[in-house]
Amino acid sequence: MSNDTISLTIDGMAVTAAPGRSLLLAARDRGIDIPTLCYHDDLKPEGQCRLCLVEIGAPPHRRLVNSCTYPVEPGLTVQTASEAVLAARRLVLELLLARCPQAKIIQEMAAALGVYESRFKTDNPEELCILCGLCVRTCREVVGVSAISMANRTPGKTVATPFLEESEACIGCGSCVFICPTGVIEYVEKDGVRTVWGRQFELQPCNVCGNYIAPRAQLEHWAKITGDPVESFFVCRDCR
Amino acid sequence: MPKMKSVAQLAEYRAKLQARRDPNQPQVLVCGGAGCDALGSAEVASAFREELNQRGLKGKVELKSTGCQGLCAKGVRVLLRPQEITYQQVSALNAGEIVEETLVKGKILDRFCHQDPGDGALKGHKSKIPFYKGQFPLVLRHLDVIDPEEVDDYLAQGGYGALAQALSGLTPEEIIAAMERSGLRGRGGGGFPTGRKWRFLRQAPENPKFLICNGSEGDPGAYLDRAVMEGDPHAILEGLSIGAFATGAAQGHIYVGHEYPLAVQRLRQAAAQARELGLLGEKILGTDFSFDLKVHRGAGAYVCGEETALMNFIEGNIGEPRNRPPYPAQKGLFGQPTVINNVETWANVPVIIGKGADWYAGVGTEKSKGTKVFSLAGAVNHAGLLEVPMGTPLRRVIFELGGGIKGKGDFKAALTSGPGGGVIPAQFLDMPVTFESFQEAGGNLGSGSMVVMDHTCCMVDVARYFVTFSYEESCGKCTPCREGAKQLLDILNRITGGQGEEGHLTLLEELGAVMTGASICGLGQSAPNPVLTTLKYFRSEYEAHIREKKCPALVCRPLLKYTVDPETCTGCLACVRECRVEAITGEYQEPQEIDQELCVKCGMCYEVCKFEAIKVES
Repeated sequence: MSNDTISLTIDGMAVTAAPGRSLLLAARDRGIDIPTLCYHDDLKPEGQCRLCLVEIGAPPHRRLVNSCTYPVEPGLTVQTASEAVLAARRLVLELLLARCPQAKIIQEMAAALGVYESRFKTDNPEELCILCGLCVRTCREVVGVSAISMANRTPGKTVATPFLEESEACIGCGSCVFICPTGVIEYVEKDGVRTVWGRQFELQPCNVCGNYIAPRAQLEHWAKITGDPVESFFVCRDCR
Repeated sequence: MPKMKSVAQLAEYRAKLQARRDPNQPQVLVCGGAGCDALGSAEVASAFREELNQRGLKGKVELKSTGCQGLCAKGVRVLLRPQEITYQQVSALNAGEIVEETLVKGKILDRFCHQDPGDGALKGHKSKIPFYKGQFPLVLRHLDVIDPEEVDDYLAQGGYGALAQALSGLTPEEIIAAMERSGLRGRGGGGFPTGRKWRFLRQAPENPKFLICNGSEGDPGAYLDRAVMEGDPHAILEGLSIGAFATGAAQGHIYVGHEYPLAVQRLRQAAAQARELGLLGEKILGTDFSFDLKVHRGAGAYVCGEETALMNFIEGNIGEPRNRPPYPAQKGLFGQPTVINNVETWANVPVIIGKGADWYAGVGTEKSKGTKVFSLAGAVNHAGLLEVPMGTPLRRVIFELGGGIKGKGDFKAALTSGPGGGVIPAQFLDMPVTFESFQEAGGNLGSGSMVVMDHTCCMVDVARYFVTFSYEESCGKCTPCREGAKQLLDILNRITGGQGEEGHLTLLEELGAVMTGASICGLGQSAPNPVLTTLKYFRSEYEAHIREKKCPALVCRPLLKYTVDPETCTGCLACVRECRVEAITGEYQEPQEIDQELCVKCGMCYEVCKFEAIKVES
C-alpha cells in the first residue's frame, strides 16, 4: 500500500482514504450515510450541529467525535451508528426539535431516528433558526463579504448584521437565503427592489431582455473582484 | 537599571542587591492581594508610611505592599519581619498603635492576632498558625515577600536565576527532559504532562512556534491565578522565557480576563522591566536567544479560558472553541504549533529548573507531583489562598488549614473547579489531593477553586446555580452545550420551583451524558458535572424536591412555608412593616398570622424577627 493512503475500519468495513480526508467523507465514499446539518461540501466544516458524531476507538477508550472535522487515522475503528452514537444523535435532535418545533428538516431528521416529539421545553414555537451557521459561513467563505455573523452567546445567540443595522458590507446576493435549511431569513423582491437583512437593494435589469439580473451592489462587487467594468455585467445569463 | 549583557553580569547585580539587604531589617509588609485591596490596604499602607515618617523610622523600617498573604477572610493583613508576626483585620487607624507597641516595644497585640479555632489560642507568629504551618509554598513563595512592582525584589529572591541557569548551562533538550522528570502536570484542569507538551512543540517542524499563558480565571471562588499574576508577575515571565528557550518558540502571549485589570497592568509593567534589564526581548542576557511576549486583556467571555477559544480571541476572531484535532501543538495560534499552559503551571517552571527536577519530583505523590494552590472559600473558618503538597488529605486542607466549618455547621460537600467541577461529599474527605483521586470521586482538581458547603446548602440549588453560570457563558457554537445547558437549567428551575416530575432525574442524566460526550469543548463537556455529581451523591435531596415538594436544606423558596409561632411572637409588628405583600396580619402585642395565599416566601419576616418567632419549614 502506498504511503499516501490511510487504512481504517468503518462499521466493520476496511476503508482506505487519503490523508486529511474527514471520517464523514471517508464513510460517504463507501456509501455509509451519516446525517449532517451544518456540513456543506463547499464550506469549511465547523462541527457545530454535532449530528455527524461517530464513535472511535476500542473499549474502554471509545469516544464520540465529530466526523466532519475528524481526519482519518491509520488503524482507527469507527462506528457510525453504534448505540452511543444513535443515543447522542437522537438527543441532539430532540434538543433542536425543542428549539424549532416547526422546522421541517429537523422534524424529518428526527423522525428518521424515531424521534417524534421532544421532552424538552420550547421557548418560542415560531423559532426557525437552528443556528447551524451555514448562512454566516457562506457569506464569509463563498461570497467573501462577511455581512452577517453570529452574535451573543447562548442566551441570546443569533445571526445578525453588525449592530443590528443595515449592513454596509451586504451585497444583497441572497446566498444566505439560498443556503438556509429552514428558510428563516426574510427576503422580499418587489418592484425592482430586493429587501434582505433589513436593507433595500435596487435590482439591475438586463440590457437585452429587461429581466432583473441581480442587485446592483452585487454586480459592483463582481466588478471589483474581476476588475471588469460594472456595465459588462448588465446582460443576464440567458441573453449573453 | 543596567541592561544585563551576560549571565555573569546578572549574578553580579544580584549579589550587589543581596549585599545591600539586611535579613534582619525590620519590615512592615501590607497585603495588597485582592481581598485586602478591597478592604483598603492602600490606606493602611499609607497610614504606616506616615507613622514611620513621623517617628523618624523611615529608612530603619522598610514598608512594602506585597501580593496576597493568604487567610483572606481576615484582611487587611500586615506581616512584620523579621519576627514573622502576622496581624489581621488591621485598619489605617491601627498603624500608630502597631508601630508603637510592636515595632518599637516589641509587644504582640492580641487583638490583631489570629485565633486558632482548634485550641482557642491567639497566635501572632506565622509559624504557629495552622493555616500557614500546613503549607508548602512554591508557586506562592514570593507572595508575602516581594513588592510585585519592584523587579529588584524578585531578583534579590533569586529571580531569573533559573533562566540564567538554563541559558548558560542547559540545552533545550535537557530542560525538556527535566520538565518530564519533574512530573509537572498542567494545572489548568486537564492535568496533561507539561514536559510532553513541550516536547511536541519542540518536535513540530513548522515555524514560528508560540507559547501562551492562560490567565483566564472565571470560576466563581477562584482567585489563585490572579494572586500570582498580581503578586509575582516575573515568575510567569521567567517560566515563559525558559519554555521558549526549550521549545524554540518565538513569541509568547499572556491572556488575562478583563476582570483583572491590575494583573494586566502588573504583567505589562513586569515585561517592560524585564526588557529594560535584558531579560526579555532581543538577545536575552547577551546570548543568541530572543523571546518577547504580549499581554492581552480579554473582553469578558468565560469561554475564552478554553484554549482554542482563547487562540481565536488573540487572532481577533469570535472567542469560540475549535474542533480538535488539530491540537494546539500541531496547529494552534495563527495555525502554528503552540503550547498553552495556565498561570500556575508557568509559575512552577522556574522552581523546577532552579531547585532541580528530581527535588521537585520528590514533592507530591507518584502520579501527581509538586504542589497545588487552592483558593478556599465558602463555609470554612479560614477562607484564603493556600498551597499544599499534592497528596495532602482533603480533610487537612479543609479542617486544619481551613479551620473547619464556620459556626455550628457540618461539612456537606466541597465543590472544586467551579461550574465544570463536581461536588465531593464527606465520604471522600480522607482522600489525598491528587488529579486521580479527584477524578475518581467525580470531581475535577481543575482550576483550584474550592467552595466548601455546609448543611445550609441545598444541592439541587447549588447545581442550579452553576448550570445558570454555564448557560450564560456557553458560547452557543455547538448544539449539545447551547441547547443542553438551557434545558438542564429549565429542568433544575422546575425542580427547585416545585414543578419537578419523576422522569426529570433520568432526563438530567441522559442529557448530561450527551453534553459530556458530544460538546466541542470543556465548557459543555463539564457543564453537567455539578448536576451529575449532586445526583450521584445527594439523590435523595432531588427526590424530596420532586416527590414531597420539600427542600430539606430550606433554601428553595417556592418550597418553603413561613409561619408564626404564637408562643414566641410578641406582636412587635416588625415583620408586618417589612412584609411587602401585606400577608401578615394581627393586633399589636398579639401573635401574628401569615396568609399562605399571599405570602411570596421572600423571607424578610424571618430576617427581621428578633424573637425567632417566624418558623420556616418545608
